Amino acid sequence: MYLGRVIGTVVATQKAEGLEGKKLLLVTPLDHHLAQNGDDQVAVDTVRAGLGDLVYLVGSREAALALDPWFVPVDAAIVGIVDDIDVAKRKVAP
Amino acid sequence: MILGRIEGSVVATAHHPSFDGRTLLVVQPLDEHRQPVGTSFLAVDRVQAGVGDVVLVNREGGGNRMLLKAGNEVPIRSLIVGIVDRVDTE
Repeated sequence: MYLGRVIGTVVATQKAEGLEGKKLLLVTPLDHHLAQNGDDQVAVDTVRAGLGDLVYLVGSREAALALDPWFVPVDAAIVGIVDDIDVAKRKVAP
Repeated sequence: MILGRIEGSVVATAHHPSFDGRTLLVVQPLDEHRQPVGTSFLAVDRVQAGVGDVVLVNREGGGNRMLLKAGNEVPIRSLIVGIVDRVDTE
């Protein structure tokens, strides 16, 4: 799992079976200092995240398991909205 | 599995139901000399690890689902499964 920032929404009319009605968001992956960690990616939202939210995601096959039904072609899913990150000697605000 | 050090914790009130009651920690991967290598990630704690602990992290979902006995639909990819006492290298 990893942190990310929601930077946009993605609209796709034509989608693979199982992805109908799923919200797609554009996310910048971050490390725990909130520095960018890798290229932007599209993730399915399961927690009603919005633009600007600091979130955490799950990748690979487990991303699909976050959905219901879960046998769908996704490789990144937003599974939480971060309130706080407590890192030693420093508190990172979302 | 990989070695990592606990850097901190993450609080998230709104989350997927599979994360109910679970502790989410920030893990920095380490090499054999306990030096940071690569970028940090998040993992669910299974062994009551704390900040500064060197831990063993399983980064594969199938084994985690078996260990957590939480069904076949748990989207947890990284699980802290041990606290490391010592690493011996040549």
